[in-house]
Amino acid sequence: MPNNVDMRVNLAGMELKNPVVVASGTFGFGREYGQFFDLDELGGICVKGLTAQRREGNPPPRIAETPMGILNSVGLQNPGVDGFITHELPELKKHDLKIIANISGNTPEEYGEMCAKLSAAGVDMIEVNVSCPNVKAGGLQYGTVPEMTAEVTRLAKANSTVPVLIKLSPNVTDITVIAKACEDAGADGLSLINTIRGMRIDVKTRRPILHMNTGGLSGPAVLPVAVRMVWEVSNAVKIPILGLGGISSGEDAAQMMLAGATAVAVGTACFADPYAPVKVRDGLAEIAEAQGLTHISELTGAVRPW
Amino acid sequence: MPMTKDCIVLENYPLTAADYSMTVEAGELAQQARPGQFVHVKCGNGLLLRRPISICDVDTQHNTLLLVYQVKGEGTSWLAKLPKHHRVNLLGPLGHGFDIPKGKILVVGGGIGVPPMVYTARCADAAVAAVGFRSQAQVLLTGELEQCCEKVAVISDDGSTGRKGFVNVLVKELLAEDTSIAAVLACGPKVMLKTVADASREAGVPCQVSMEERMGCGVGACLVCACQIETPEGRQYHHVCQDGPVFRAEEVCWDAE
Repeated sequence: MPNNVDMRVNLAGMELKNPVVVASGTFGFGREYGQFFDLDELGGICVKGLTAQRREGNPPPRIAETPMGILNSVGLQNPGVDGFITHELPELKKHDLKIIANISGNTPEEYGEMCAKLSAAGVDMIEVNVSCPNVKAGGLQYGTVPEMTAEVTRLAKANSTVPVLIKLSPNVTDITVIAKACEDAGADGLSLINTIRGMRIDVKTRRPILHMNTGGLSGPAVLPVAVRMVWEVSNAVKIPILGLGGISSGEDAAQMMLAGATAVAVGTACFADPYAPVKVRDGLAEIAEAQGLTHISELTGAVRPW
Repeated sequence: MPMTKDCIVLENYPLTAADYSMTVEAGELAQQARPGQFVHVKCGNGLLLRRPISICDVDTQHNTLLLVYQVKGEGTSWLAKLPKHHRVNLLGPLGHGFDIPKGKILVVGGGIGVPPMVYTARCADAAVAAVGFRSQAQVLLTGELEQCCEKVAVISDDGSTGRKGFVNVLVKELLAEDTSIAAVLACGPKVMLKTVADASREAGVPCQVSMEERMGCGVGACLVCACQIETPEGRQYHHVCQDGPVFRAEEVCWDAE
């Protein structure tokens, strides 16, 4: 990695040594990909989405490949917030990277309770998922109605001692309305985008590939949607943005930052290449160096729209 | 520890109308491969997901892997067209393979489930094999099995090769005639595995099965390849890529969706 560029960024009061984190649900709790590279290379990790109680998730098949993308319907399989704090957090804390706990609640109060537990347990940031398309209760419904998103945001903030990001759904008509509701309710930052709802059907059997029929689309196919939404939101709010959706190269990450993101998350790209997050970071540094930048943060919001 | 490696293709040719045999130079990856494990193969640049392919055989002297795969869709079609001397990126070795007990084992394969049983048989103290195919045209790897098994029994759905019927019939007979068999190790379609598990249980012989599910990361991070398992805490979704592909037959929830 070129070392003439200062890669540090400040995301909503949390300092990252570089702007590349890994996206929730694609990286477990770090153990698996930690076999391939030192997790200390990352700016941070958004851990697998946590719920108040352990969840088993949806019946398989849970994945379908689509043109330059994948659909998933895992359904938030996770050990629960207590299981995470007991078994996973101590391992992650041995590393020099920021730990971002991603949470989903069945009720606004549940979000508050999880924030309190996780703040006390010493995570660095909380990412509030109001946009999971794969669960029946909570999830997406909290992220599509501005009043409900605001209520969840207020309870999360009131119960957290660490910065709170709200993770936004792209499955809305105007994402800036939800973004502003979060900002007004006190969110420290936003992360976007979660997956886009989609469907794939096996023509021979006439069955959807996914057992849940529909799922969330991610991968390079969603990058332009994500860049557009990050750009729109960054023009509508003042709070910082963690940009994600289809990033698999330094150039993708640079686009996301130019659109307004302070930091970026790499997700689905790991499935094809376990080293993707490190390559994205290095590619980003090379671009910044080639453009003569001193700080990587100079890219943030520097798009020159027509 | 799993790794990614650009491997040189030494051979890649059809065994049947749909099944191909590929030998790759895999270096350290070959040294680490254990029976029943798989590699996650990058198929072209337009496809995001790797394709899980079981390890059929390993030559630790020459660091080569034999992969026998069925052409099913875009990814495996790309793989089948890959010429000699080109490179293919493998991620592996992955998964929890077969636990081979001391003594004699019965390896059971159905169709494209036969390949992983070759290296498994080779690693055992002694082995007998029971393999089933739809018909003569789909027969695979019986010659390879004969090299490392005392006996290879073949059966086919239509009777065009070996006997007519399903492989669980052979399992029942082989377990009855040779009580020294310490375990049954099987790979094939889920319906077949269930009948093999039943036949093994009835004979009182422990059985391990290699399961399949649509897979994402291959390393246990994305949690998509769920397989329902009976545990002391009730039924739980474990994951084929990391906890499997091989499970003990009695812990698999055969009635799960």
